[in-house]
Amino acid sequence: MHETELFMSETELKKYRVKKTLFTILVYAFLIAVALFILIPFYWMVATALRSTNELAETRISFFPKEWLWENFMGAIVYAADRGSNFLRIYLNTILVGLLTTIGTLFTTVFASFAFARLNFKFKNGLFSLLLATMMIPGEIFIISNYTTVIQFGMINTYWALVLPFATSVFYIFFLRQTFMQIPNELYLAAKVDGTGDFKYLFRVMIPMAKSTITTITILSMMGAWNAFIWPNLVAKKPTMYLVSNGLLTIFKATDDTSTIINFQMAAATLVTVPLIIVFIILRKYIMRGVSRSGIKG
Amino acid sequence: MLEYKNDKWKALLALAPTLLLMAVFTFYPIINTVMLAFMRGYTFGVWYDTPAADGWIQHFGETINGTYIGIGIGNFITVFKDDTFKSALLNTSIMVIVSVPLSVIIALLISVALNSIKRFQALLQTIYFLPYVTNTIALGLVFSVLFSARSGLINSALMAIGLDPVPWTSPIMGQNPTYLTCLFVLTIYTIWNGLAFKILVFLSGMQSIDKQYYQAAQVDATPRRRVFSKITVPLLSPMIAYITITSFIGAFKAYSSVIAIFNGRFGPLTDPNLLITLVGYTYQKLENRSVQGELSKASASALILFGIIMLITLVQLQVSKKRVHY
Repeated sequence: MHETELFMSETELKKYRVKKTLFTILVYAFLIAVALFILIPFYWMVATALRSTNELAETRISFFPKEWLWENFMGAIVYAADRGSNFLRIYLNTILVGLLTTIGTLFTTVFASFAFARLNFKFKNGLFSLLLATMMIPGEIFIISNYTTVIQFGMINTYWALVLPFATSVFYIFFLRQTFMQIPNELYLAAKVDGTGDFKYLFRVMIPMAKSTITTITILSMMGAWNAFIWPNLVAKKPTMYLVSNGLLTIFKATDDTSTIINFQMAAATLVTVPLIIVFIILRKYIMRGVSRSGIKG
Repeated sequence: MLEYKNDKWKALLALAPTLLLMAVFTFYPIINTVMLAFMRGYTFGVWYDTPAADGWIQHFGETINGTYIGIGIGNFITVFKDDTFKSALLNTSIMVIVSVPLSVIIALLISVALNSIKRFQALLQTIYFLPYVTNTIALGLVFSVLFSARSGLINSALMAIGLDPVPWTSPIMGQNPTYLTCLFVLTIYTIWNGLAFKILVFLSGMQSIDKQYYQAAQVDATPRRRVFSKITVPLLSPMIAYITITSFIGAFKAYSSVIAIFNGRFGPLTDPNLLITLVGYTYQKLENRSVQGELSKASASALILFGIIMLITLVQLQVSKKRVHY
């Protein structure tokens, strides 16, 4: 029994309980409405992908598709192939760029945050503040000059252009440094007494102890590559270099209002969306914890 | 003794990869973009296109360093006089003013409701998180289909209850989409896209509030509304401040969502720049890089965006100092 209920008369209690139940029903109704608002776009994406072109030409459309044309997914793949793009290649490009970016980011940020957390050197705090200050600057300022740099280096339409500018991250250095600094000093002193070198200590003690932060960085960095649009859209112009986001938009954009490829477009959108949702379902715990711990806005 | 050791060389080695990359892709761009913004008549290079072996065209600049005629604040003046920039500034401001308060309030309501239930809490939270892990472009295209004039869910639903279809982002029955209808679709998508992160932050904030406050309120039979305004909101104020700042910055940088909803444009076919944003303007100028002066305009508008973001952050930090209870 609820604590408040102890001080109530029979009729008061009845009224209170009715009110409470009604309120709970209202709360659930609201939450379910929000869930539908979130889910309907996903349903509509798949439903539209399955419809026939004839059905999509009708002005008013039924909530459920009349026929389920699974071959539209194949149709989307063929449509992309006709335009010089290979869906498998686009997937592999994205995964490769994601992996290379993640490996690069982990390599650079682990060493940098180790230096900031553990080593003593002149200008340490000054340098760290300088790095942090760059985080306030909007990405557009970097992108303008990085674009011209990449052109001058002749790196347009190469993996280098897609990976190198993102192979380090001040934010992850900050994030990892926080984790490293939580490791007790005594461990370091003990290791020193045993004659363990600094880099050996990093690999034997610090990295294993920061495993959960490193997992978070890996997941967020891979997700970042999958969802990146602005930079690939500038530097990966060649159909064989597309990543999923800019490939999807470039190949499947409807050029006018009477476009007949809406079902293919939605099939392609489904093909881009589903892998990440599967990964999310498997790694739900890590992803949600990682996002809330790091506070990265999507 | 150990505290005074100097690891100069080790530190240099450990920091070298990061500093090298940042020198090229972070520090140089800051200086270069600022310089570009103040150069008059800058030409990046004379362009020639060379077909590569696979038939795809490679771009090479003839001159490595661009040329310019002078230095000054002319680019900022030109940009501010540009009608497209003016409408980008106006559009972005309207989007910010409409979408930020709405999405923060809605996220707060959802989080409070979600925090008050026990059953299905994890399931609902997972559902609400889905937009975070989906591709902005893919789901933007879905929203344009949801609101498409023909074969869209929204118009089909309107017709099913006997109403006329609305030309949301494309014309129907001789009517063209308007600023308001396009803004409406964009706002709905922006809210949909941004809820996940806000709910996650608010909910974890609420779960860390000491239960004693709520128990004390219960003993006094405090009404729900008062509990919300006197306990939840004040104790959640650091998260609310954080979310508001990041939402403002995010909304000022709106770009991908607009591009996706309008299939690569900034508006309906009838008016392709209708909802152009500040970032959109910047990239339009950047894509035009081979035209003299365009790269400088891109830089100037990016710096203006930076200025606006700095200003907003400073104002909000000042406000939070007074309003946030830590």
